[in-house]
Amino acid sequence: MAASPPGLRPSPIAWRLATIAAIRHETPTVRSFTLTVPDWAGHRAGQHVDIRLTAPDGYSVERSYSIASEPERAGEIDLTVERIEDGEVSSFLHDVAIVGDRIEIRGPIGGYFVWDATAAMAAEPLFLVAGGSGVVPLMAILRHRARAGSANPARLLFSSRHEEEIIYRAELDRLAGAGDGLAVAHTLTRSRPPGWTGYDRRIDERMIAEVLEPLGARARSFICGPTALVEVAANALVRLGLPDDRIRTERFGPTGT
Amino acid sequence: MTDDLVGTEDHVLDGNAVAGVLAATFGVDMTVVPGSCAHCGTVSVVATLRAYTRGPGITLRCPVCAGVVLRVVQTPTRTLVDSSGAAWLAFEPR
Repeated sequence: MAASPPGLRPSPIAWRLATIAAIRHETPTVRSFTLTVPDWAGHRAGQHVDIRLTAPDGYSVERSYSIASEPERAGEIDLTVERIEDGEVSSFLHDVAIVGDRIEIRGPIGGYFVWDATAAMAAEPLFLVAGGSGVVPLMAILRHRARAGSANPARLLFSSRHEEEIIYRAELDRLAGAGDGLAVAHTLTRSRPPGWTGYDRRIDERMIAEVLEPLGARARSFICGPTALVEVAANALVRLGLPDDRIRTERFGPTGT
Repeated sequence: MTDDLVGTEDHVLDGNAVAGVLAATFGVDMTVVPGSCAHCGTVSVVATLRAYTRGPGITLRCPVCAGVVLRVVQTPTRTLVDSSGAAWLAFEPR
């Protein structure tokens, strides 16, 4: 087949090799992978990368993973990956990959679901809603917010199924205890430990209204999770008076509710 | 084909999830690009289109009427884009 004329060829975002520098267990089914990426030009909080695995016979599979780390970290990124039962890429990362392995990535990707600690955005209340591993891009936002020294009022409403499945639990506690305007509300939808003081049901409009209340209808909001959660949360925010253009959504894998 | 929509909603993603393929194909970040659904006229950015990725290729549907807006199929030698469901797409100067 003839090559495309150079002028018509779209500029590709290139695949490159990253090296797994560290692997950390977050929950029984979720691990974080630190990747060192040569010449990484940086990213914005909320962006993701694609990972491509190629078998010796040429079969290849690509998956998209949100970057968990803040842009302030140079030369490396963290991905937090939930092991999906039939997931070709996530099961490789969980069961096969070891520190030192090299994998193909491309990115950073996406300019829609992003938050920057610019003067304008950092002055606005920030409302984050996560279901399960949908918390990953929101964690990048919270880490970026903390590193940038932002003190805007911020809330994370985070839905997990069981207590042991709460991703980043200790770090979220630490961030929420820093006294910089962030509070984190958890809900557990399947089981609660004795003495649980958080919410105990799926995210609904009343819960959204309660957590959002101190921020008011000017909040900039980001919702990431399974479709059902995203729809409930986005519709609730619209009914509570948030303008459409301040509600950003990203639909994630099928867990967390 | 619309019957597939029922019962599989948990697997529906959105334009964010396929942004890498779209960026590699179009040469720009497509998530922030607004476009109009040719079926119902709804204007939405590509990030908010519903993405169906389990078939061969990628199907992006209008969030309002579920009509197909974009289809992208990668073969070993080229990428095919069916944009007949998009009345227009608006690109900002870079």
